[in-house]
Amino acid sequence: MTQPQIPVPEPDEASRPFFDGAAEGRLMLMRCADCGTWRLPSRQHCDACLSDRFTWEAASGRGTVRTFGIMHQRYHPAFQVPYNVTIVELEEGPRLPTNLVDVANEDIRVGMPVEVVFERYDDVTLPRFRPAGRL
Amino acid sequence: MPHPLRGAAAITGLGMTPMGRIYRSTSELAAEAVAKAIADAGLKKDDIDGLLINAGITGTTGGGLTLGLQNYLGLRNLRLLNHMNAAGSTAAQMVQYATMAIHAGMATHVVCVFADAPLKEGTSAGAAYGGAARNPQRPRGMAGLYAAAGYFGANTPYALAARRHMALYGTKQDHLGIIAVGQRQWATMNPLAQMREPITLEDYHASRWIIEPLHLLDCCLVSNGAVAVIVSPADRAKEMPQPPVYIHGMGQGHPGDSGRAGSDWETETGAKFAAETAYRMAGVGPADFTQCQIYDCYTYTVLVTLEDYGFCKKGEGGPFVEDGKLGPGGSLPTNTGGGELSAYYMWGMTPLSEAVIQGRGHGGERQAKNDLILVTGNGGSLSYHACLILSPHPA
Repeated sequence: MTQPQIPVPEPDEASRPFFDGAAEGRLMLMRCADCGTWRLPSRQHCDACLSDRFTWEAASGRGTVRTFGIMHQRYHPAFQVPYNVTIVELEEGPRLPTNLVDVANEDIRVGMPVEVVFERYDDVTLPRFRPAGRL
Repeated sequence: MPHPLRGAAAITGLGMTPMGRIYRSTSELAAEAVAKAIADAGLKKDDIDGLLINAGITGTTGGGLTLGLQNYLGLRNLRLLNHMNAAGSTAAQMVQYATMAIHAGMATHVVCVFADAPLKEGTSAGAAYGGAARNPQRPRGMAGLYAAAGYFGANTPYALAARRHMALYGTKQDHLGIIAVGQRQWATMNPLAQMREPITLEDYHASRWIIEPLHLLDCCLVSNGAVAVIVSPADRAKEMPQPPVYIHGMGQGHPGDSGRAGSDWETETGAKFAAETAYRMAGVGPADFTQCQIYDCYTYTVLVTLEDYGFCKKGEGGPFVEDGKLGPGGSLPTNTGGGELSAYYMWGMTPLSEAVIQGRGHGGERQAKNDLILVTGNGGSLSYHACLILSPHPA
């Protein structure tokens, strides 16, 4: 029996640049063309000024751990508990739900610097994060 | 000059079903609660001219109350009707809108009802709120990033919020545990409570992790049941059979989207706005409360809410609760029925129903000083908040 796969999202029209970017190793966000505020895809309107003019831009991929939890409840068979659920606050401001990799659960700290890595699943690539500055 | 809404209305009726694994439809549960509330208030069905409805989680997952409840109840004289949802803040909000409508002359006796029945025979409590993990469809678009990260259930955002509070302010696991233990002590004195076995701090630490830093005993129950209250004009309330519980103040605050850049949603909630509005309306401050009924979907919610109402400074909620002041015999009796953690989970009706029992002086051996009662409701991921300030004394 094969290991069940985690529920990976299927890109839709509005989010396609994000997932296409991830497949090419770039973390693509939306940015308001009027006030410059970055936002997570995929909203047509800026939540700072309500403008609907935007561009897609690559984020730095750097951020910090805003907060995290260590999940012990088995909600889905593909996740081996315990695992971390982490919110990364990107340098650009938006916050991304994700997991940290290459770090033990007990070593995760709020505020620790992290950087993006990309993990490929069958037809979708997802951003994960690892402690920054490691070779 | 006092605020015109201060003391304008009172809660005159309360009806509750049994709580827990009660396998009945939400309409049947609601009807039982409404019938009990009408009888409790000494009214007849045709006296009811307002109905406000809150469906609970089954409003989203299926089988929840709808506007059709009016017809199930055969209410023919309604001058006010709505189906409302701002999550756990809805119960307090229903009483707020009822009060405003009564003050404006739009209605006289308004029923506010909540019913929910997420528990199904043979399934776990967790299954009732698990959400995306059980969805066989592949998630679409950015919303799917949550499931892809294993971010499931309501437990996750509250664990994330509690963790950040711990990191910023040094809040300890013990502080959360003391809240759980104190509320269970209260529940041992509440015949309506689902969990009445006392627990110790050691039991708390030994209870399994759900998602660190939340143990099982940090998380609320899941219950089937219904609660209805009736709001009436203050001058009518005096003539009605139950001791009136007057509404002295109310407020709301909704910080919204937890993903927004710059938001401190984890540690600063909508309670701050709600407190400002309600304190001004009632002409009171935090030192005036003799008891609190605080929405407690998680232990952490109690801690952060007390901070935002100014009972202590931001970040000092842990040391504030450390001496057990929220429990029986403490200086700030809080969640005196056991709350959502230990008694029953009827969203915002849990704190409200206990506040009515306490406001009437019907708390029996758990009765606490009731001169001024703070009732709060919170929902989403600390996204929505509403409150009431209640008292047995007219304004």
